[in-house]
Amino acid sequence: MAEALVRINDLHKSFGDLHVLRGIDFEVGVREVVCVIGPSGSGKSTLLRCINLLETPESGQVFVDGEELTDPDCDIDTARRHIGMLFQSFNLFPHLTALENCMVAQTIVAGRGQSEASKVAMHNLERVGLGDKVHAYPAKLSGGQQQRVAIARALSMEPALMLFDEPTSALDPELVGDVLTVMRQLAEDGMTMLVVTHEMAFAREVADRVVFMDDGQIVEQGPPQDVIGNPRQERTRVFLKRVLDPTHVQPT
Amino acid sequence: MTETIHAEPRRRLSPRKRAQRWRLVQYAVLVVLVGLAISLANWSQILDAFFRPDLTWTTIEQGLPKAFYYTVTYTAGAFIYGLVVGTILALMKLSSVGPYRWLATAYIEFFRGLPAIIVFIAFSLLPLGIPGFRIPFPPYGTVWLALGIVGSAYIAETIRAGIQAVPRGQIEAARSLGMTAGQTMRKIALPQAFRIVLPPLTNELILLTKDSSLIFVIGITVEEFDLTYYGREIANNEANMTPLVVAGFAYLLITLPLSIIVRRMERSGAKAR
Ligand SMILES: Nc1ncnc2c1ncn2[C@@H]1O[C@H](COP(=O)(O)OP(=O)(O)O)[C@@H](O)[C@H]1O
Ligand SMILES: [Mg+2]
Repeated sequence: MAEALVRINDLHKSFGDLHVLRGIDFEVGVREVVCVIGPSGSGKSTLLRCINLLETPESGQVFVDGEELTDPDCDIDTARRHIGMLFQSFNLFPHLTALENCMVAQTIVAGRGQSEASKVAMHNLERVGLGDKVHAYPAKLSGGQQQRVAIARALSMEPALMLFDEPTSALDPELVGDVLTVMRQLAEDGMTMLVVTHEMAFAREVADRVVFMDDGQIVEQGPPQDVIGNPRQERTRVFLKRVLDPTHVQPT
Repeated sequence: MTETIHAEPRRRLSPRKRAQRWRLVQYAVLVVLVGLAISLANWSQILDAFFRPDLTWTTIEQGLPKAFYYTVTYTAGAFIYGLVVGTILALMKLSSVGPYRWLATAYIEFFRGLPAIIVFIAFSLLPLGIPGFRIPFPPYGTVWLALGIVGSAYIAETIRAGIQAVPRGQIEAARSLGMTAGQTMRKIALPQAFRIVLPPLTNELILLTKDSSLIFVIGITVEEFDLTYYGREIANNEANMTPLVVAGFAYLLITLPLSIIVRRMERSGAKAR
């Protein structure tokens, strides 16, 4: 890892009495692909949402591309243009077509003209394999297609970093592959990615580094073959056992 | 032994037969009631009081289109006023600035809690209470203001509910693309909220159309009569209900198509989801 694109220092976040992030320190290097795994409720989504300030952390710092986003005087709207975010529930704009979904932020945020925005949007829709669906409204698309439009929408803003929050968890099993293929291609093209996922095969093959989170803390991290293949911590082992072999019944 | 087991269920009617019989009873009751109505009522008297053909014609010809026109323009202007003020109030109510929220809440709760006719009476008394006070652009100015104030309070609540019905994820997706709060509101939240509130807003328009009949308390000149005022005037002069009935049917010409539109929208809205 040469230079860090994302740097997080001692990040804390609570919801009322619930201390969700308890001191997170970590970095994501330029062009690095980091997968975050961990049990439900461990704070993975909250961590991701703190990186583009959808949630405001109580203390700690978040730097993206050298800029401190947690600085109260930071222009967060400008900073967010370069941080793409993908949601479990896609969140496409239902009143806009696939093409318009990919154009709206380009025109009103990046200040591009209609024809340029449309060209960029077309290019990215083709990139995710949806060149034939540009005029479809989200309601007419499958979940997998919607998530790919959402990826094209984020790509159209030419982000330096992309955050994925369980992008395939809401999909029917047969649609997961298409989305993962697009993400794998992105990784190969050199996109810096932080991916919360339960797709262990994807993490093993695509990630440069896997981070295991539990109870608001990073328990262990390292290359996928170590963290997934040969975890050092007991908590990681218990979690992986449950994910990789869900029907297994623990003898008590 | 086996025979009794068989005989027992045979005597009972199947649910289908029971439903058939029950429907038959309902039709029988209906026939009896209609028969009673026809034989007991004095039909010529009823027709004479409510549906006199010559008076129907007089009412239509003497100025019904004009009264219809005034009802429509009074209502339409007030509705536009209500939409503009209602949207501003809704945004105020969602503002992060406390005093805006309190002001909007006070306005909305005050005018929703009052009978509309009180507002109208207040407007009719204004020139008396404040000598020299005149609302410009008569008669529209006063009517639009009075009716619009009442409408805006209801419309504000409808629009606020619509904005809040836009899923949180929509706002988050827009903000994470770099849109400001204002851009998100204009390009993402309001267009979706507007679709959500179109059926209830059309219902507000129906209510406003009917409330426009209350302007009789403001006092308007013969030239500016709305449907209710006009119907009542002729009915008074002729000592017959027919003109009022005609005016009533004229309201239905406005409200029924609107109701049908609302039902269509609700059905297609349910399908889209
Ligand atoms: N907006 C919120 N308000 C209150 N509690 C929240 C909120 N968001 C998340 N939480 C709580 O924080 C904890 C961590 O949530 P989350 O980050 O979504 O976990 P994960 O993504 O790892 O499943 C959970 O217990 C969740 O209920
Ligand atoms: Mg989550």
